[in-house]
Amino acid sequence: MEALLQTLVNGLVAGSLLAVPALGFSAIFAVLRFPNFAIGALATAGAYGAWLANVGLGAPIPVAVAIGFVVAGLAGVAVEFAALDRLGRAGHLMKAIGSLAVGMVLENVIRFAFGNDLKAFDLPLARDIVFGPVRIGPQQLASVGFALAAMAAFWAFLSLTSLGRSMRAVADNPNLARLKGVDPTVVALVTVFLGAGLCGVGGTLIGLDASLDPLTGGRILLSVFAAAVVGGLGSIPGAVVGAFLIGITEEMSSLALAPAYRLAVSFAVIFLVLSFRPAGLLGRAVR
Amino acid sequence: MLTYILFALVIGSIYALLAQSLMLSWGLAGLVNLGLAGFFAIGAYASAMATTWHHAPIPAGLAIAIIVGGAVGLLVCISTLKLRDDYLAIVTLGFAEVVRVVASNEVWLTGGTDGIPGVPVMVPRDLGLGFHAGTLAVVVVAVALVYGLQRRLLAAPWGRTLRAIREDQTVASVAGKSTVRFKAEAFCIASAIAALAGALYGHYTSYVAPDQFQPLVTIYIFLAVTAGGNTRPAGAVIGAYALVAFLEATRFLADLVPGLAPVQAASLREIIVGLGLLLVLSVRPNGILPERSQKAPAR
Repeated sequence: MEALLQTLVNGLVAGSLLAVPALGFSAIFAVLRFPNFAIGALATAGAYGAWLANVGLGAPIPVAVAIGFVVAGLAGVAVEFAALDRLGRAGHLMKAIGSLAVGMVLENVIRFAFGNDLKAFDLPLARDIVFGPVRIGPQQLASVGFALAAMAAFWAFLSLTSLGRSMRAVADNPNLARLKGVDPTVVALVTVFLGAGLCGVGGTLIGLDASLDPLTGGRILLSVFAAAVVGGLGSIPGAVVGAFLIGITEEMSSLALAPAYRLAVSFAVIFLVLSFRPAGLLGRAVR
Repeated sequence: MLTYILFALVIGSIYALLAQSLMLSWGLAGLVNLGLAGFFAIGAYASAMATTWHHAPIPAGLAIAIIVGGAVGLLVCISTLKLRDDYLAIVTLGFAEVVRVVASNEVWLTGGTDGIPGVPVMVPRDLGLGFHAGTLAVVVVAVALVYGLQRRLLAAPWGRTLRAIREDQTVASVAGKSTVRFKAEAFCIASAIAALAGALYGHYTSYVAPDQFQPLVTIYIFLAVTAGGNTRPAGAVIGAYALVAFLEATRFLADLVPGLAPVQAASLREIIVGLGLLLVLSVRPNGILPERSQKAPAR
């Protein structure tokens, strides 16, 4: 029972960390209509940016997380407009394949610059906080706070600003949005910046939780896809719900299966959801 | 030096098989298989297990690989064929990762990360140069057989239907074609070809381990097929040999840059390959040999 409770808490922590990049992936999918396979590498790029700021320049963690957001956002915009945008003319599948190549280039640029060694953030050692049978690290708690703050800020942006409303309009019906005078290029730019930025925050938080290497982002790629597919591809609230479900499922599975199988659990979830309910929990019906 | 060239040609021929697999699924049917490395692995393991542990003859091993590859292909694609094409891309990408995880962790089934050593070879190894040349002959015959098969399929009504589905599913289904059935058949055959490539690869290196089936292989083949032309079997074959020449050239190129750590040299090569794919995709998306057909003018 105690183990179960602890696993549930771990799952909630993992889910909130996963929700941030899942939100970014889903936002990009909703507006630009292609699965961006580069998000893993973008998350890694953001995390290395944050790590450099933290360890190299001595920036405090909240500042480092913000820098992770900006670095990944700018990298996302750069690759979108340098490479992916022109592929889009040949269809969304070309863009998906191109994004896989972009991810590989980014990951190896990071490996070229920093090597394969594990990097750790400069964190004070701290004792776990104990609530009855459950323990949780103070850094984990802070990371959950950052994740919730990032999600809240994104939600506020979508519902309160006119740019956010334009984004939702394009996601809903691109032709109608264009007729109403929404500039698709601006919306795409903002979406990619915010989506990639959220991936950067996710990568940073995961790096804070454990350590950092060029594959940090790539390792969560399948879990992010699983979260987005469970929630319904392109659905913003779906991505968050999906991330918590995947986080908890993966942690629960670690009670019975070797940790390496987390990835297989994500895959099984993707496979089952697409077989039986392809629209996900909160998505619109898909063709 | 001759050994090196023969080695590169064998690898090129195995990549040519993989490229034909991708040409069939992606170029003809529009089904993006980002898990090519997974099917490659399945074939290698299926044949290696049958021949090494159960002492089946190599032709039986190859047949088993083809059957297992096709069956797994069917299973992987069947749930997403009614959905948008990007769903299959996500599922196949995940599939290749799962194959690697299972291969690394189920020691009882696959030998784990140590892999399967001592896989029987097709030509006796003590022939030296003859071993490489003989294997090359076998693999080239396989490429030629698959090439012939693809040409037949393409010229047949089946190939025409597939292209019609790729261009416009609605029109094809109004014409009474079951799009799901045709796509499933194409993906199944393509997976079987990739598995055959894997089996031949295992019987050449005589060793099969999870590390040989990195997602990188999939990217290589996408580069080969895009460069050669993704709708023509000849384009895929030419693209595969060109790819191996290009990969070997990047090896020398990375050696030319002074003062690189081995990790840096390896990552530099991958950067070049990734940029190469992006470049080919944006500059020559139809490849060296573009599709020959009476297509409507480009959109």
